[in-house]
Amino acid sequence: MLIVIVPMFVALPIVLWRYRRGGAGAYRPDWEFNWGLELLIWGVPVALVVALGTALWRQTITGDPYRALGPDPLVVEVVALDWKFLFLYPEQGVATLDLLALPEGRPVTLKLTSGTVMQSFIIPQLAGQIYAMAGMQTQLNLVADRTGDFTGRNTQYNGLGFATQSFTTRVMSPDAFEGWVAATKAQGTALDAAGYAKLLPSSVVNAPVLYSQFTPGLFDQVMAGFAPGMFQHHGHAAMPGHAAMPGPAAMPAPPAPHQGHDHTPEAAQ
Amino acid sequence: MSLSERLHPGLNLAGTDPEGHEAAEETLFGFWIFLMSDLVLFAVLFATYAAMSVQGIAEGPRPAEVFDLTAAFVETLLLLFSSFAFGLAMLEMKYRENRRGVLVWLLITGVLGAAFVGMELHDYYVMITEHAAPPQASGFLSAYYLLTGTHALHVSSGLVWMVIMAVQVAVFGFSTPVKLRLMRLALFWHMLDVVWIGIFTFVYLYGVAS
Amino acid sequence: MNWELIFGQIKWTSFVFAGMIENPSLSEAIASGAGSIAVLGALATVILLTVKGWWVPLWRDWLTSVDHKKVGIMYIAIALVMFARAVIEAALMRAQQLAATEGAGFLSADHFGQLFSTHGTIMIFFVAMPFITGLMNYVMPLQIGARDVSFPLLNAISLMLTMAGAILIMVSLVVGQFSTGGWSAYPPFTGIEFSPGEGVDYWIWAVSLGSIGSTLTGLNFAVTIYKKRCPGMSLFRMPLFTWTTLCTSILMIFAMAPLTAATIMLALDRYAGFHFFTNGDGGNMMNYANLFWLFGHPEVYILILPAFGVWSEVVATFSAKRIYGYTSLVYATMCIAVLSFAVWLHHFFTMGQSANVNAIFGIATMIIGVPTGVKVYDWLLTMVGGRIRFSTPMLYHINFLLTFILGGMTGVLLANPGVDFQVHNTLFLVAHFHNMIIPGVLFGMFAAVQFWFPKVFGFRLHEGLGRASFWCFAPGFLLAFFPLYWLGMMGATRRTYMWSNPDYVPWLALAMLGAGLILAGFALMVTQIVVSVRQRAQLAAPLGDPWDGRALEWSIPSPPPSWNFAVLPQVSSQDPFYEAKKAGIAYRSPAAYEDIEVPRNTATAPLIGLFACAWAFGLVWHIWWLAIVSFVLIWAVVIARSFATDTEETIPAATVKALNEAFLAAARATPGVTRDREMTSDNKGRAHPEALEGRAGTLASGTAVEAL
Repeated sequence: MLIVIVPMFVALPIVLWRYRRGGAGAYRPDWEFNWGLELLIWGVPVALVVALGTALWRQTITGDPYRALGPDPLVVEVVALDWKFLFLYPEQGVATLDLLALPEGRPVTLKLTSGTVMQSFIIPQLAGQIYAMAGMQTQLNLVADRTGDFTGRNTQYNGLGFATQSFTTRVMSPDAFEGWVAATKAQGTALDAAGYAKLLPSSVVNAPVLYSQFTPGLFDQVMAGFAPGMFQHHGHAAMPGHAAMPGPAAMPAPPAPHQGHDHTPEAAQ
Repeated sequence: MSLSERLHPGLNLAGTDPEGHEAAEETLFGFWIFLMSDLVLFAVLFATYAAMSVQGIAEGPRPAEVFDLTAAFVETLLLLFSSFAFGLAMLEMKYRENRRGVLVWLLITGVLGAAFVGMELHDYYVMITEHAAPPQASGFLSAYYLLTGTHALHVSSGLVWMVIMAVQVAVFGFSTPVKLRLMRLALFWHMLDVVWIGIFTFVYLYGVAS
Repeated sequence: MNWELIFGQIKWTSFVFAGMIENPSLSEAIASGAGSIAVLGALATVILLTVKGWWVPLWRDWLTSVDHKKVGIMYIAIALVMFARAVIEAALMRAQQLAATEGAGFLSADHFGQLFSTHGTIMIFFVAMPFITGLMNYVMPLQIGARDVSFPLLNAISLMLTMAGAILIMVSLVVGQFSTGGWSAYPPFTGIEFSPGEGVDYWIWAVSLGSIGSTLTGLNFAVTIYKKRCPGMSLFRMPLFTWTTLCTSILMIFAMAPLTAATIMLALDRYAGFHFFTNGDGGNMMNYANLFWLFGHPEVYILILPAFGVWSEVVATFSAKRIYGYTSLVYATMCIAVLSFAVWLHHFFTMGQSANVNAIFGIATMIIGVPTGVKVYDWLLTMVGGRIRFSTPMLYHINFLLTFILGGMTGVLLANPGVDFQVHNTLFLVAHFHNMIIPGVLFGMFAAVQFWFPKVFGFRLHEGLGRASFWCFAPGFLLAFFPLYWLGMMGATRRTYMWSNPDYVPWLALAMLGAGLILAGFALMVTQIVVSVRQRAQLAAPLGDPWDGRALEWSIPSPPPSWNFAVLPQVSSQDPFYEAKKAGIAYRSPAAYEDIEVPRNTATAPLIGLFACAWAFGLVWHIWWLAIVSFVLIWAVVIARSFATDTEETIPAATVKALNEAFLAAARATPGVTRDREMTSDNKGRAHPEALEGRAGTLASGTAVEAL
């Protein structure tokens, strides 16, 4: 890209100096065209776009947030609420509010939906962002390659509590993760439909909340609460889960293909 | 064909005044552009309907359950015949400058148009009362009422315009501005036909068939 | 007595001052202060008009006028007033973010939400749009040698609808709250479930009025350019500003309809319980995103293309040289206009569509960079072989070339979905679009004001103050927005009223400093106008050509008579006035004069604007009687107008002749001023063409190019 920019920064001062009133440059008031220059100023950007466009295409396909990053991903279901995030771990049977605990090194598939307005979910150090929308499911795949706490947040304005809507992503070693799951399970509180309903009013959560268990299928119920027709008429819509506008996010996405491809450290890049 | 006739096949402005025709050219061209922007609006509404009639059904009824194809067909005929009648009104204006003839054909156009709007309102009534399908029932029905309602609103404003033009024909006779306005109303009326054909095909026929 | 029947949902607590009484805080005090300024400003205007006895001239000469020149001036006046409000809002937000790094700052979250929503809505719909529309209104008919636009009354109606929208937004300062949904008003947040109250309704109706006005403007200008060009003015002889006006007009015709449709659907959702964009019941907000950006992206080019036209005029005039690559610039403009409809999805790469779709739109976005890059280099090459004068508009142009190309680079970065996933909704994005719109559009309009002001009012603007203002604006912009790129990469989200990250503070402080400089630049600009008005005798340039101009608008007196051209010009080349001066045939008396018909002033447009404003206000507050009555009245005015027959008046040939011959005689009698004396009081608007001075020294073409 510098090919386009640098010439301007170099040539403009020279031109301004040379062709200033009283400068050394010859005055040719009727000069207006030159084929060589014309080819250059059209040709270079075109060539550049061809090159950058090819790269962009490849990056976009490989960096697709829907692309699974390895076999046997840990599935975490994310429900965006005002002004907090609910994380459901169907495999482990636990749930959390505003704390995303992840094992290091294992691919993670986040399935997102919203119980309220549209939000945009991001953990800047681990993955790019994706919208969470009511009645629809979007997906984000990532692999956390180092342990530690990373802040994640919503970036789409959703009211008074927006500025403070963030959560901690805690990446731990696989053993520590298992320990964390066990400890969480040992706790008393469970999240059922009534408990979920209590989360719906807008509020800011000061400290993460852990749930030892949650009603299975809660995520699908949240989605179905907004879009019963989606599932009913799925065949009729005849749109593959992840293909065209505006269908894709509206459809329940198919199970992520298990590709045994290389391990990319940052999923969405 | 002379130049002026080619410029305005529907009009017969004071035969030998090229400046009058140039001014008319500008006005009518402007109206064509207006029609184009109006069609963009309809295109957007069609696109919205296309998406929502598939994905916005939710728990509401499906298209085939609520549409009455017979009524839609009769409405189509009403609108097409009203356009035909308007065409005859324009011929009366162009070749005879006959006030009575124009007014009679305009009246027929208006009655047919009003019948169209009336039938459509009746359709809405039936849908709401018998099929429990008001616009609030689902996204699909919201889009349906907006698309057909916008068209009906256009037809209704065309009817108001027609009344005003009838008054102007009676008051001013066939002055150039009146002729130009009638011509524009005719274009508007015919465009609404075209839009309706689209609605009949994509909303009703396709909706009932699929 | 059912008060709701009369006042709708307005209660005494709806007034901004009630909040101050009930819940005193700095945030409420600022809101009340802003409300007071709006009220006092209106009051002061009323008093001034009454004391000076200006009501009658205001009504007779301005509001009822259908003259494209006066309409244009009124558009720009709206833009400047609204700019003052929106730029102060921007500075307030910046100050809040800086103050809130320790503690909560001085604005409430809700007030901040209203500020970023009004700032964006005003800057796009009521600053940028009226600014470009006003400029196109004034200049385009003069450049094509026309006496007015094709539909002068429609033009005035467009203006009044825009003014109605602007007034509605100003009213929201005093009565009720504004939306907190941002300028793009994404549902479902802006739906009735999550945003009850009048805020979003203010947004909907203000934007709808502006949108309808712009559709009509686009239609009007496109027809004008197609049908009203003077004899000999083929499309490829049109000045580039006219070309960009044509492209913008076409974009307006196509792009405003999706916005109107989207706002109507949102209104139906809110008022009548429809389900276009609601959560559940088949509503889908993704349709809104598509519709809004199907308008929103072309909108960017609606704004930037006229500014590109200004740059083409400025660079050619102040380089005293033909534009380089005229044809190339025309095709580049057309490419941009067409491509602008093919990239809307890049505003929501993160909505979950497939990677292939993202890639296609990402590449389409990059492709727009090609014609834009070509234009930038065409302007650079225009300077080659010229004699560049560093007047204020040229300074803006140089600043534009350097900053715009950097903004373009960040745009190409953002076109990559991978990058966008990271910085979407952050200050990086905010920095990017301000980087395109401020040096591109806003400074383009400022340059245009400096450039065409003498044409409009007959005297130049004070050059020293103009430069001083530039030297505040240009660095102010850099300081205010380049730190935001960095903040965005650090993860600072947009529309956030507070962060607790101490790392942000130095960058926010820099940005605040920049905002201060921008305010200073604006203050200097206002000073410049005031000082210039006072010194108008020294700055007078009534002969119409202070800058050695090139297109037809410079061939007539300043300010031009209401009929523009005494006799419609005959054109046989590009840059017709420049060619005429070079050939020594400028300022020749025409062979004969004819009577000129001009449209009479009419109250139609201001009445429509008034009732449209009342209609929208009634809808916002659910005052149904007001909405119904106003709606009926709008159409009653239209119908009544269609029965008016005496709509034109004739200016006798003798009057035209007397005025024009006096102007021509004065022009011929005045010695041409050289470019060295351009900024002195010698410059009465008769130019000694630079090209005639330089003729002796012309070299064979090509040498300087090779040196490049």
